[in-house]
Amino acid sequence: MAEALRLENVSLSYGARQALDDVSFSVAPGRFCALLGPNGAGKSTLFGLMTRLLVTRTGRIEIAGHDIARAPRQALARIGVVFQQPTLDLDLTVARNMRYFAALHGLSGREAAIRIDAALDRLAMRERAGEKARALNGGHRRRMEIARALVHEPDLLLLDEPTVGLDAMSRKAITAHVHDLAEDGLSVLWATHLVDEIAPGDDVVVLHRGRVLRQAQASDIAGPAGLAEAFLAMTAEGGGA
Amino acid sequence: MSGWFSALRAIVGREALRFLHQRGRFLSALVRPLVWLVVFAAGFRAALGLSIIPPYQTYITYEVYIVPGLCGMIQLFNGMQSSLSLVYDREMGSMRLLMTSPLPRWWLLFCKLTAGVAVSILQVYAFLAIAAGFGIVLPPLGYLWAFPALVLSGLMLGALGLFISSTVRQLENFAGVMNFVIFPMFFLSTALYPLWKMAESSRLLRDICALNPFTHAVELIRFALYESLNGWALLWVASGFLVFFLLALWGYDPARSRPGRD
Repeated sequence: MAEALRLENVSLSYGARQALDDVSFSVAPGRFCALLGPNGAGKSTLFGLMTRLLVTRTGRIEIAGHDIARAPRQALARIGVVFQQPTLDLDLTVARNMRYFAALHGLSGREAAIRIDAALDRLAMRERAGEKARALNGGHRRRMEIARALVHEPDLLLLDEPTVGLDAMSRKAITAHVHDLAEDGLSVLWATHLVDEIAPGDDVVVLHRGRVLRQAQASDIAGPAGLAEAFLAMTAEGGGA
Repeated sequence: MSGWFSALRAIVGREALRFLHQRGRFLSALVRPLVWLVVFAAGFRAALGLSIIPPYQTYITYEVYIVPGLCGMIQLFNGMQSSLSLVYDREMGSMRLLMTSPLPRWWLLFCKLTAGVAVSILQVYAFLAIAAGFGIVLPPLGYLWAFPALVLSGLMLGALGLFISSTVRQLENFAGVMNFVIFPMFFLSTALYPLWKMAESSRLLRDICALNPFTHAVELIRFALYESLNGWALLWVASGFLVFFLLALWGYDPARSRPGRD
């Protein structure tokens, strides 16, 4: 079975700045993988490449076995994305937002309706389908965006710092929801700089200044001092700010 | 293929809904050409003498002359407005939703373009209906003939807007673009005065007007409203659409994008 995500020797420079330097890692099917890095590590740039908002000539990115450079449409069809910046139309209802997204993935009519209901159920958001997005609080807006990213039943869910701006309770709830999705078999790549969003059994890729410092299970990286200390030590060694 | 049309329906529907929600935008889209028609044209009626030129077969008043130009103006403003909303969408992040769809990017941009054209045609027909209320009634079949001309001119002006939106990085820079695109395009065209009138004052200005793609959009609409076809204008507008759309595709090529922040 192909890995949900595979990056091989991906580099990207922007002028004199090396945004990503020889990045390689993979996400196995059904795993929750945290992409852990401080601000400016290159996480969002990496998300840009994985979603083809950016392209690079150096390295290779495969999503569910599809090379994003050679078969971008097949690769994009297999991912669900939640961007750091909200992408909701606040004047539309939850259901209309979902239908618009489904149509962008070529889904309409009854098939779209069934999938939208299922995705909203998965995130416990179905009773809010008729509400305008503007009426939802920050946590529910995020949950809606996650539900929306699942409508086309992707193999891989990409989330770029999805808890930014949320209160502690919403943050905990969203993190738990996405861990549940991974337990149900969905592959997840979760970008964050907050170690408390990572469970001991999760895979972790530590990214710093555009380079992968380590990929291992969270408990292995943590050691006796804990993940937060290990992360701080690693990024300090790497010359962190 | 049905998936492609689902996306087209959704994008056009969303744009139309957005437009209907923005009553101010609808109102200003109508008031702007009406002010030109009622105030400006009335003032200039006595000052500007017009000879009989195709497609007109008799003497016409100045108000009648500028109606096609005002239809073009509505589409020009609408093209730039759509462009502005694309820059806004990009700043707000919702453009990413569109760009990460697995459908081909050229198709997604074409859907956006079509949505803008649909909205502009709605505005043009609303304007023509009000103009008819002011007594400026065109040949009945002309309203029908004008439809394909408006589609093509709308596509050309929308594609120009799309290209501009790909080059403008920040919303704040947009006002400058409006001044440097809308006004020269509108005033250096046949929207307000025919080419021969322009030639009386300056050959150079006349030549610039003749090279302005907006002139040809206006002439295409003008001839269509009088149930005839201006082949030269059709060729210009179709080529203009192709060039601007190709430039827009180049502008939205992901290889040209720059990394954001973390």
